[in-house]
Amino acid sequence: MHLVSFRINGDERSLAVEPRRTLLDALRADLALTGTKKVCDMGDCGACTVLLDGRAVYACLTLAVDCEGREITTIEGLAHGNELDPVQRAFVEADAYQCGFCTPGQIMSITALLAEQSAPTEDEIRRAVSGNLCRCGAYQNIVKAGQRAAELVAATRTNGSNANGSRASAAAGAGDAPGGRR
Amino acid sequence: MSIVHVERQKSEDGEAQYTVQESPMAPAWEPGASLSVVGKPIPRVEGDLKVTGRAQFAYDVRLPGQIYAKVLRSPHPHARITRIDTSKAEALNGVRAVLSRATHPDVPWFEDTRLFEETVRFVGEEVAAVAADSEEIAEDALRLIEVEYEVLPFVVDPEAALRPGAPKLHDDGNLAGEPTEYERGDVAATLGQADVVIEQTYVTQAALHNCMEPHGCTATWEGDRLTIWDSTQSIFDVRDEVATRLELPKHHVRVIKQFMGGGFGSKQIAWKHTGFAALLSKHSGRPVQLMLDREAENLAAGNRNPTRQHVRLGAKRDGTLVFIECDAIMAVGAFMVGGEASDVDGTYQTLYRCPNVRTKQTPVYTNTGPAVAFRAPGYVEGAFALESAMDELARALDMDPLQLRMKNYSEVDQTADKPYSSPQGLRRCYEAVAERFGWHAARSGSTEPAERQASGRKRRGIGFAGHDWIGGAGHPPGYAWLKLNNDGTADIVAGTQDIGTGSRTGLLQVAAEELGLPFEKLELHLGDTAFGPYAPVSSGSATQATIGPAIQAAALDAKRQLFEAAAPMLEVAPHDLEMHDGSVYVKGQRERQMAVSEVLSQIDPHMIQGHGSRGPNPEDKTIHTFGAQAVEVEVDVETGEVTILRVVAAHDCGRIVNPLMVDSQVVGAVTQGIGFALTEERLVDMGRGFVVNANLEHYLVPTVLDIPEIVNVHLDLPDTVANPTGAKGIGESPLVPTAPAIANAVYDAIGVRIRQTPLGRSRVLAGLAEQGAKR
Repeated sequence: MHLVSFRINGDERSLAVEPRRTLLDALRADLALTGTKKVCDMGDCGACTVLLDGRAVYACLTLAVDCEGREITTIEGLAHGNELDPVQRAFVEADAYQCGFCTPGQIMSITALLAEQSAPTEDEIRRAVSGNLCRCGAYQNIVKAGQRAAELVAATRTNGSNANGSRASAAAGAGDAPGGRR
Repeated sequence: MSIVHVERQKSEDGEAQYTVQESPMAPAWEPGASLSVVGKPIPRVEGDLKVTGRAQFAYDVRLPGQIYAKVLRSPHPHARITRIDTSKAEALNGVRAVLSRATHPDVPWFEDTRLFEETVRFVGEEVAAVAADSEEIAEDALRLIEVEYEVLPFVVDPEAALRPGAPKLHDDGNLAGEPTEYERGDVAATLGQADVVIEQTYVTQAALHNCMEPHGCTATWEGDRLTIWDSTQSIFDVRDEVATRLELPKHHVRVIKQFMGGGFGSKQIAWKHTGFAALLSKHSGRPVQLMLDREAENLAAGNRNPTRQHVRLGAKRDGTLVFIECDAIMAVGAFMVGGEASDVDGTYQTLYRCPNVRTKQTPVYTNTGPAVAFRAPGYVEGAFALESAMDELARALDMDPLQLRMKNYSEVDQTADKPYSSPQGLRRCYEAVAERFGWHAARSGSTEPAERQASGRKRRGIGFAGHDWIGGAGHPPGYAWLKLNNDGTADIVAGTQDIGTGSRTGLLQVAAEELGLPFEKLELHLGDTAFGPYAPVSSGSATQATIGPAIQAAALDAKRQLFEAAAPMLEVAPHDLEMHDGSVYVKGQRERQMAVSEVLSQIDPHMIQGHGSRGPNPEDKTIHTFGAQAVEVEVDVETGEVTILRVVAAHDCGRIVNPLMVDSQVVGAVTQGIGFALTEERLVDMGRGFVVNANLEHYLVPTVLDIPEIVNVHLDLPDTVANPTGAKGIGESPLVPTAPAIANAVYDAIGVRIRQTPLGRSRVLAGLAEQGAKR
């Protein structure tokens, strides 16, 4: 067992994990943060997308022990209490899901995009979620949700209020969403 | 209050049988009725839970002391287990329980097979199961299990499986039951009467559901009670099947499903994981979570049965069909699991008016994972062949394919000699698609496509297909309870489940409409066999049409009781009252009213409870759902790549309860249809018998980059003959016509007829090469 410490959704946490434990299993089994989903466990589907130092990564391809001292944001870290952040609101408004299993990963990919590019083109939105599979086929509305989220974020910034999702924005560094699938 | 009518009848073998009908249902919301909640695009009520990660799927259950299970699977397509030794696995630190044939040789499971079979019949069949403190330890333990196999000859191809001398999967041979045969009229006698005959063989692949959430559950066995959080489309079927097989009273098994990451037909039975998790919990004394990994999901959790369909169509010169004939074989895999429901022959018998029809379908065992229903099972496969053949017929007749379909339109279910409940439904779909797509303009001036677009690397074409589907009608039994709370809210309880389709929202809209309470004052509780009344499996696009009318009846029942309570308060007769916007009004006197909360507070703590049951479907009508789609494609003749440029769909689902969710269903089904048509195919190594693409890297489901604009034209066609809400299901039908419409468009683009799905690049290039060779 190795001790690893990181900051997750704003909280400092330390875990004793086997070196082979993925970040995904650490989130789901050790921290009971089950919003991040396990679908393929081999980097094909994007359902486990989280932000690592502001950058979208697949948690199933990241070892927990590699997260020492790093900053992780999961789907549970976006809303403020019961108040949804703009990307989450946009997904509800656009019906950008059916079963909802891929949704956390889709939202994290869009969140990473908006942190880097506040006014993305439709093509940029598509590219940002091209590594996120949705078997229910909600892609059309996921793209709409991405556009709506950009509008909501822009509106929040214009108003100068304490922007929802600012945590992700602040954490955003250089980088890109996981690449397109093919 | 619902009333049960029971009639005693004698069956053929002399046993007494009882038929049950329940009444009353609510009066119908007739077409043109002014509805205030039904028909509105209300966002999903569970949206906040899904976007915050708080929706609890079976995979997300976390109980004190919970441990994790993994399954050891056969590496051979056909073998007899001669020895199994799990002692080293049991001795590993952290392992809590191990199951195998050695511990559980006789637990019955699917049909005549057992939880652990002595003979394994496909790569991926379950051999042993381990529960341990972590998934990693469980995996380590699997590697310590020693199994010796006597390898047996195997067969993967269904036609080869039918040949004499083929390896036998079961004692009775490889026929999975007797072939299903149907004939009306006399095809043989009319063969010579057709001016044009199309005779071709069409092949459809094994497609894999690949639900995002794999099959699996969390189970806890405490004393003589078992609770299972299962990723299932049918909590009551899982309860009943598990209870029977594990010899527990049904009411000692509780099955819960609040959220499920996709099912598409594959989660409508109790798969073996439920038995493993339950028994591992019993033996370890711990809650056990057993979720399949992605490879197992692709090997052993169902598939759309591959088919080979030999089709003959005969028509007069004017397009009138003389005969339709289909001989289909389908591979059901290693054994029947009881949830196949695949009628490949169905659409041949009903889609077109035709006096002479003969069909035969033969299910065959093969050494591959078992098949199970996949979104419109049988009809997706049948429609690919029939609608491709109709396009070939239209070409042979030099007729517009849409005109050919109109020419052979049937308003009657010819298998039962009954009219459809919506006899114009399909016609409206044809017309709506043609108009929105601009079908006639797109076709005008066209000649043979190969000549029209003989040059250029990228060639465009258009294609059309229509369909019918036996699902969407809903059926009894199904129940709902409704209680009014003294703050003017209501709780509705039903034992159904929302499988991701939006049932929570659509059913609440029905309740709010009938009750007259604001939508946001209602809450629906579902997905728990311990608390909800019985509901059937959520399959066959049935949930809205089955449970909707039961909820409507429960709301009406509650409303009538509320009027009884309010009548003395408002000093009128109950029948002089009406209810809307959360208040009870004296009819025609808006000023004489009481808030519902006020009425209830006056009688508190007495309460009002409504009960509703799903009444029967009409006996003299057949309820089908219908649809049509047109697509435009671009084919790259150098790479063979087919790109879908646009899709227009129109589907008859009766009254549209929620257009936002109907759109999502249609767009999602078309997306799956594009995958089925172009990229999705389970590939089995014929020499070794294993699946080479049991993952999401090589089994290609569509991504956001593969999907064009998909337009769903809303046809709001309330079908109050079907049920008083007028709503039918939409979940499955929009997948049916997509693949043939694409294949027909590919032909239109390049003049190559591809009769096998998926239309991948290699098949397109092979077709082009063959075309070149013919010239």
